[in-house]
Amino acid sequence: MSLTNDAINKIAHLARLNLSPEETMRYAPQLSNILQFIEQMNEVDTSEQAPLAHPLDICQRLRTDAVTEPDEREKFQKIAPEVEAGLYLVPQVIEEA
Amino acid sequence: MHRKTLAELATDLNNKTISSVELTQHYLERIHQWDKKLNCFITIAEEQAMQAAKHADALRSQGKATALTGIPIAQKDIFCTDGIKTTCGSKILDNFIAPYNATVVEKLNHAGMVTLGKTNMDEFAMGSSNETSYFGPVKNPWHLDCVPGGSSGGSAAAVAAHLTPAATGTDTGGSIRQPAALCGITGVKPTYGRVSRYGMIAYASSLDQGGPMAKTVEDTALLLQAMAGFDERDSTSIDKPVPNYAATLNDSIQGIRIGLPKEYFSDALDPQIAHAIESAVKEYEKLGAVIQEISLPHTHLAAPVYYVIAPAECSSNLARYDGVRYGYRCSDPVDLQDMYKRSRSEGFGSEVKRRIMVGTYVLSAGYYDAYYLKAQKIRRLIRDDFTAAFKNVDVILCPTSPTPAFKFGEKTSNPISMYLSDLYTIAVNLAGLPAVSLPAGMVNQLPIGMQLIGNLFEEAKLLNIAHWYQKVTDWHTHSPEEFK
Repeated sequence: MSLTNDAINKIAHLARLNLSPEETMRYAPQLSNILQFIEQMNEVDTSEQAPLAHPLDICQRLRTDAVTEPDEREKFQKIAPEVEAGLYLVPQVIEEA
Repeated sequence: MHRKTLAELATDLNNKTISSVELTQHYLERIHQWDKKLNCFITIAEEQAMQAAKHADALRSQGKATALTGIPIAQKDIFCTDGIKTTCGSKILDNFIAPYNATVVEKLNHAGMVTLGKTNMDEFAMGSSNETSYFGPVKNPWHLDCVPGGSSGGSAAAVAAHLTPAATGTDTGGSIRQPAALCGITGVKPTYGRVSRYGMIAYASSLDQGGPMAKTVEDTALLLQAMAGFDERDSTSIDKPVPNYAATLNDSIQGIRIGLPKEYFSDALDPQIAHAIESAVKEYEKLGAVIQEISLPHTHLAAPVYYVIAPAECSSNLARYDGVRYGYRCSDPVDLQDMYKRSRSEGFGSEVKRRIMVGTYVLSAGYYDAYYLKAQKIRRLIRDDFTAAFKNVDVILCPTSPTPAFKFGEKTSNPISMYLSDLYTIAVNLAGLPAVSLPAGMVNQLPIGMQLIGNLFEEAKLLNIAHWYQKVTDWHTHSPEEFK
C-alpha cells in the first residue's frame, strides 16, 4: 500500500494535525513503508480466529455507579490554558446572530 | 555508597549507619555532578526529596519504617506526581503539573521512598533510543555516543551511573527491558494488570505496564512488592494477592525447565550476543535446570501486530491533548479547529505524529477489519504460542535485544529499523506476560541483556530463577568506568 500526499493530508486532518508540505513529503514514504511492514499479517489465515482485545482475555470489571472522585476543581482549573469564572475558555464556536 | 544495592542500603538504614537525609544528599550531589553529561533527569525535585528524607528518618526513629523507607528513587516522567511537573517527554505537557499522584507513586511514597526527580524518556514512551524526547536524548553511561535504549532510557541510565539506587519504568513493547539491557541493569515488566496504571500516562492501554528498574533482581523484587497490587481506580487492575517475592528468591531451581525459543536465535541476532546467551544457558545447566528448545511460530508477526495495535490505541489515547483543559495551547487560535490542530502539531514531536497517523489510518472507516481486527486475531495466535510453550517449560530464556547499544542517529531515519530493536520484547506485551531483563555479558565494552519470560502472574518464580543467575555470575556488578 502506497499513500499519496493527499491521503496523508486526509489522515492528518482526521488526527487534527497540521502538516507542512515538507512533513507531508516525508511522512508519505515512511507511512507507506510502515503499512507494507504491517501487511506481513496477511500471510496468516485468521478467518477462524476470535480477536484478543485484552491480553488476559477477560472483560473489564464494573463498579457501582457511585461518586468516588474527590472535588479537585481548583487544581484542575489552575493548570488550564485559559479559564474565566470557573469555565474553560476556547475560541468562539457559536456564530453571532 | 552509591555502588551499593538497594537491599544493602536498606540494611545500612536499618542499622542506622546512615540516614536517609545523608543518602538523599549524596545522590542529589551525584545528579548535580553527572547529569549535565547524561541528561537522565527532566526535573530534579531537590526540595521535596529532602523533606521526604527527613520524614523517612523520623518514621524510622519512631519504629515505623518499612524495608524501603528512606531509600531514594527516580520516577519515570510518565507517572503523575502531585506538585512536581510531569511532561511525558513532550512539549505538549511541558507546563503540566498533575493534580494527583499515580498509584505507583502513591504506593512508593507510602513505603517511605524518597523521589529524587523525574527521568527523561522517549516522548509519550514512543521510541527505543530516547532520541524522541523533547528534552534531548539521554546518553548511555557506558559510551556517551550511544543511546541508552528506550523509552525508559533516563531511568536505566540513572541507575547504571549510580545517580539513583532505583527507578520506575513503563513497558509497552520493551521500554523497561530494552534500556535495562543496553545500560547493564535489571528491569522487570510485570504481568498486565499486576501494577496499577492509574496516573500513568497512557500510550497503548492494552499493552502498558509499569515496573521496577534497579541493579539486581533482589532489588527489583523489593520494589515490585511495594508497587504491585489491586487498584480499584484502574479498571484493568487484577484482584489477586501479591506473594512475598523476596521470600522465594533463594528457593532451589533444581529441575526447573527452561525453554529456548528457536525463532529468537535467528540471523537478526548479533553472534556475540548469541554466544553470551549460550554461556548463560550453561550456567543454568550447572544449577540443575533442564534446557529444551521450544517454538513460538508466530514470533515474526509480533512486530507487525504491535505496530497496528500500539499506534491505534495511541491515536485514541492522545486525542485528549486538545489544548483545552491542560497542556500546551498554540498562540492566537483563529477558531476551535485551528486551536486543536496547531496545539497538537506544535506540541507533538515527529515520532508521536507518525504513530498517531498510523493509528488513525488503521482505525479509519473501511480499514478497521483489515488492520486492527486482523492484528487482534494474530495477537491471539501469539498468545496461544506462549500458552502452549508454558505447558512444557517454567520459563523462557532469550536475548533482550538483538544488538548492544547503538549510536545516536543510526536508526532515526528509518522508523522500521528502530522498531525492530524491540523484536524480542514485543510479543511479551501482546501476551500480557511478565519478563525480566538482566545483565548477561559484555559485547564491544557494552552490556547486553538476557530476558527471562514467565507465565501469567508467576513473577515470584521468574525472579527466583533470575536471582540464581546473579548468585553465580557478576555481570550485574559491572559499572561504567567514568561513573564509578
